[in-house]
Amino acid sequence: MSRQPYIRPMSTTTWYMRNGRYKVYVLRELTSFLVMFYSFLMIFGLAALAASPERWNAFLASQQSTAMIIFHGLALLYFLFFQTFPWFKLAPKAMPVQVGEKKLPDSYIIIGHYVAWAVVSIFIFWLVGVI
Amino acid sequence: MRTRQLELEIMRYDPEKDKAPWFQNYTVPCLEDWVILDAINYVKDNLDTTLAYRWSCHMMVCGSCGMMINGEPSLTCKTFIRDLPDKVRIEPLENFPIERDLVVVLDDVIQKLYQVQPYIIRKDDPPAKDKEYIQTPAALAKFKQLTMCINCMICYSACPQYGLNKKFIGPAALTMAHRYNRDSRDQGKSDRLNILADHDGVWDCSFVGACSEVCPKHVDPAAAIQQMKVDGALEFWKQKMGITGDKS
Repeated sequence: MSRQPYIRPMSTTTWYMRNGRYKVYVLRELTSFLVMFYSFLMIFGLAALAASPERWNAFLASQQSTAMIIFHGLALLYFLFFQTFPWFKLAPKAMPVQVGEKKLPDSYIIIGHYVAWAVVSIFIFWLVGVI
Repeated sequence: MRTRQLELEIMRYDPEKDKAPWFQNYTVPCLEDWVILDAINYVKDNLDTTLAYRWSCHMMVCGSCGMMINGEPSLTCKTFIRDLPDKVRIEPLENFPIERDLVVVLDDVIQKLYQVQPYIIRKDDPPAKDKEYIQTPAALAKFKQLTMCINCMICYSACPQYGLNKKFIGPAALTMAHRYNRDSRDQGKSDRLNILADHDGVWDCSFVGACSEVCPKHVDPAAAIQQMKVDGALEFWKQKMGITGDKS
């Protein structure tokens, strides 16, 4: 009797098609492209701001075109569904709080994140003069 | 009790005859309250004695009957026929080499379990014979959930990071390390740090979270690994700032 274990190959390019769980994970990881896009956008914006008032105004105008507003709106939705909601839901796993012998309910930590998010958002809106 | 015809499509592999695995179909008359393991036992007892697979307790304790059931890694002793369609595909656990039929080679993860030193390490003198290490219920609560692991290795089967990179220490072994790091009686945290903080340790985990979803004992390995990342990062900054704080 000889041992000849069989190794099932795993595709390095299409493995995430195996099940729905992996697909959702890859959709979450794809937000990194949007992060990259917004990083470059900020660099372009800063460069325009440093160059001249005309360049800065042109940059602002370019972001207010209908196409860009739709893009920003879709990007926001994508971030909400594939970053904010899932990560806030997972937060209690990474930072469980134990009080005495009992674990603090997950909902407290999740709600805490949403409250902090709202406070930071309101502060930023106030800072830029929206409210 | 009503019986139901179940079409079982079982992966077969005989290392002495087959070049690659193949599927064999069996029709099994099942009772409604059967689990998949009952159906496989029926095949072994009545239809095909050559079928090889592992099982022992039939009650979610031994952790040896894990298989892919319609593509989902699960203990066959806890997967009820009534929750499944009439056709069920049974394969050996993914991400492991197949020894024969539904039996996989687990040597790699057993080795990884040894690597993380899953036992209490004491730096001070051993206690006198009539004494014990005192632990409060609150200190036990910090890791009790992690002690529920039965080493069924279903988490490894669900983990794409382990599938793609066999060097990754993986969910169950990392969870065991965390279990002992969190144990108030243990003083071996620094001994485990090298393995855990290494490239193939906790940072190889990208929090797919599949391990926790499939864990039959709700150990939540994904949570344990994220907590280790937090612990590891804190330890790194403590060392950078000169605070020696290996308080296990």
